[in-house]
Amino acid sequence: MGGEFDPRRHVLVPKHEILSEEEVKEILARYRIKPSQLPWIKSSDPVVKAIGANPGDILKITRESPTAGKAVVYRYVVKG
Amino acid sequence: MRPPRAIESIHFTLLSPDDIRRISVTRIVTADTYDEDGFPIERGLMDRRLGVVDPGLRCKTCGSGPRDCPGHFGHIELARPVVHVNYVEPIFDLLRSTCRKCGRILLSEEVATKFREEMEGKKSWWEVSDKVLQSVSKVDKCPHCGEKQLEIKFEKPFTFLEGKNRLTPQDIRARLERIPTEDSTLLGVSPEIRPEWMVLTVLLVPPVTVRPSITLETGVRSEDDLTHKLVDIIRINQRLAENIEAGAPHLIVEDLWELLQYHVATYFSNEISGVPPARHRSGRVLRTLSQRLKGKEGRFRGNLSGKRVDFSARAVVSPDPCLKLDEVGVPEQVARVLTVRTRVTSFNIEEMREYVRRGPKVHPGANWVISPDGKRYDLRYADREELAKNLEPGYVVERHLQNGDVVLFNRQPSLHRMSIMAHKVRVMPGRTFRLNLCVCPLYNADFDGDEMNLHVPQSEEAQVEAKVLMAVQNQIISPRFGGPIIGGVQDHITGVYLLTRRGTLLTKEQAHQLLIEAGVTASLPQPAVVRGGKEYWTGKQIFSQLLPKGLNITYRAKICAGCSKCMKEECEKDAYVVVRDGELIHGVIDAHGYKALDKCELLDEMVREYGEEVTAEFLNKVTRLSIAAARMLGFTTSIDDEDIPPITKERIEEALEKARKRVEQLIEIYNRGELEPLPGRSLRETLEMRIMEVLAEVRDKAGEIAEKHLSLANPAVIMARTGARGSMLNLTQMAACVGQQSVRGERLSRGYVGRVLPHFKPGDLGAEARGFVSSSYKEGLRPIEFFFHAMGGREGLVDTAVRTAQSGYMQRRLINALQDLRVEYDGTVRDDRGRIVQFLYGEDGVDPMRADNGKPVNVSKIVRKIIGVVEED
Ligand SMILES: [Mg+2]
Ligand SMILES: [Zn+2]
Ligand SMILES: [Zn+2]
Ligand SMILES: [Zn+2]
Repeated sequence: MGGEFDPRRHVLVPKHEILSEEEVKEILARYRIKPSQLPWIKSSDPVVKAIGANPGDILKITRESPTAGKAVVYRYVVKG
Repeated sequence: MRPPRAIESIHFTLLSPDDIRRISVTRIVTADTYDEDGFPIERGLMDRRLGVVDPGLRCKTCGSGPRDCPGHFGHIELARPVVHVNYVEPIFDLLRSTCRKCGRILLSEEVATKFREEMEGKKSWWEVSDKVLQSVSKVDKCPHCGEKQLEIKFEKPFTFLEGKNRLTPQDIRARLERIPTEDSTLLGVSPEIRPEWMVLTVLLVPPVTVRPSITLETGVRSEDDLTHKLVDIIRINQRLAENIEAGAPHLIVEDLWELLQYHVATYFSNEISGVPPARHRSGRVLRTLSQRLKGKEGRFRGNLSGKRVDFSARAVVSPDPCLKLDEVGVPEQVARVLTVRTRVTSFNIEEMREYVRRGPKVHPGANWVISPDGKRYDLRYADREELAKNLEPGYVVERHLQNGDVVLFNRQPSLHRMSIMAHKVRVMPGRTFRLNLCVCPLYNADFDGDEMNLHVPQSEEAQVEAKVLMAVQNQIISPRFGGPIIGGVQDHITGVYLLTRRGTLLTKEQAHQLLIEAGVTASLPQPAVVRGGKEYWTGKQIFSQLLPKGLNITYRAKICAGCSKCMKEECEKDAYVVVRDGELIHGVIDAHGYKALDKCELLDEMVREYGEEVTAEFLNKVTRLSIAAARMLGFTTSIDDEDIPPITKERIEEALEKARKRVEQLIEIYNRGELEPLPGRSLRETLEMRIMEVLAEVRDKAGEIAEKHLSLANPAVIMARTGARGSMLNLTQMAACVGQQSVRGERLSRGYVGRVLPHFKPGDLGAEARGFVSSSYKEGLRPIEFFFHAMGGREGLVDTAVRTAQSGYMQRRLINALQDLRVEYDGTVRDDRGRIVQFLYGEDGVDPMRADNGKPVNVSKIVRKIIGVVEED
């Protein structure tokens, strides 16, 4: 693994973070949803592997947006 | 009748021969349908145990009449088995992966067990069978009985060969029977199904309700396509049975068997590749089971997703500039057929009585009366006087469509929401639907034979909903970019330009005439000029009468030449538009003022500040005003608008000659091998690019020369410069030079070897030889040029044809994917199951309809409004 490329360093890869339990609660309450109603991301996704997220986690992705400048989205990590 | 219930699940499976016999109410043995008296024959295809469709008859199975009998299945016992065409592929897979002798799967017990374990507990267990099939294909000796396996080949549509021997359906069925269920499951066959059911021995016959016969007016009975097909199957089946019975030669039996296979196959699908479609006696291709379901006109897309509707009409459309924007002209004939259900109340009872008295034949009348107990009276036959007298609140009258009714008007292809809008009815003579010209761009309608549809909402709720959500006024702002998309077209622009340009002075009579045609009754303002005791008004003054008080806007008109130093109010073209307090002070109104699908500065401002009603009213008036102005001031165009003086002609000729020389020069340099290649291009490509450059340049040059003689005094130029119709390129192509013709962005090169036409030497790269048209449309093209032009023109036609087909399919896919998405109150975009698609609509939550070209605010527009000046670009 040592010298492997870290996708997080690539300019086109936005910031991915794993949400803490409280944050998850807050998000689910805010949108009044179950985790499965969030968009999904596979656990085999290179960035998911790089940040060490596991199925069941929820990621917060902060990326640039042509309309809003900055946009925050959430992804539910699923097996795959 | 039992009340309808929600469907919990649907299970797809195969029927076993026993299942079919169990479902069946009778075995069908005879191909005849009716006897001489027209009575259904027992055990025939129209047997009364299969259900009834004709009124007055009773079903022999369930005893009910045609309304309640759901129909019952029958069956045919096939003399010899035949394969089911839709299952040939699984049959092939099963045959080649099982032993020809013992029927076991061609895998050792360990491997098979491994695969079985993999299937265990998997939800989509059949996915494993692909892997099973792959590992089986290498085996050539049965691991169970040691039998040597022969290669099995499948020949479309339904022939199986083992080595050189043909496998009959009987052989196939025998082999499939031998396969143990554990093994067929490994190959993807559900354990509740036996593989041999894919070879039919019994055929299910659908009830008559599925294939009703039609009695024509002449009394001739016409049978459904399925019945025809079943007749064929029974006939051949019978002959096959007789021949087998009589011990006929093998060959004859084989032939009949093959024929039976053909008929059963085409009964399922009449579009099998390699099989000639079964035809009706008239030569028409039969529509059998598969065709009933498939495609656009099939059961799903044609009858379930979309249906034919009542209360609708379709007619050719034609224009009517006197109609309001939100009106639609409906022929009286149509208005007498389309009805609106109106409940009688104490407020409208006298009116309704009058409609009932007038009846169905006189226009504002009525066709039906429904009493509170649900009885319908047909006003064609009923005693209308009596009915009118008895009318009381609670009755419902189906009265004729009349002025002011709300209807939905639609033109296909309905690509955006403005393709269906709510209009108000105007009943008029004639046989076409009439519409205001301003809505043509929305429907993409013209009057070369276009037809449109009209729908009448029946309930008050539907009418209000249509009026509130779909009225034409509500569509002035496009949901796509937040600006107006309804506006003037063609002469509306020319007329208002002629009116508002400098030097248009009108006498009192003229001014009044224009205003009255526009529908303005206000008194005239102070005259702008008094000369020789007579009063004159400028066109700008007249136009200003239509503008709402308080409107302020400053912008550049379309005719603005984009001068390096804008002269603003002093612009010699009068292209700097200044409106103050609803008064047009400077500038002309043209396409940038209020043309549909153009910049629409004036309309944009109006619709933002004064709303849609005011804007719609403005459009109603301004279109009539501009047409009246064009008529009064005079406007016409003809081909001598493209005339240019001989000296100019000569100068164009010179320019063309120079370019021709230049091309020859380039070719010579290329032939000498001295041409410098452009980076990343071959020499040949470089030459082509350079030549194209030279020829494009000369076309522009010729245009420029011609344009010097095409001033704003020329009507064709007025239309092009104001953006009313046509472009300066169109004009210069007519007046000066058409230019290079191209196919796929390159000069013409295909046709003969090394040349496009035999009139040139092979390898000639000159301008003429490769599709440069130096003539103008006005003087006419030489025959060779004409041919080149047709080559270039063909590409455009092909492109549009291909593009519409492709984008139509894309639209269908997109709509299917997106139709259930919606923006929730919390700003998220979710699908029908509440799953989030976007966390904030468009990531910024901005509704494009209420935005200005995608941005929530247009800063420069606000600045301009406050300081009242167009900033320098
Ligand atoms: Mg048309
Ligand atoms: Zn029945
Ligand atoms: Zn075997
Ligand atoms: Zn200017």
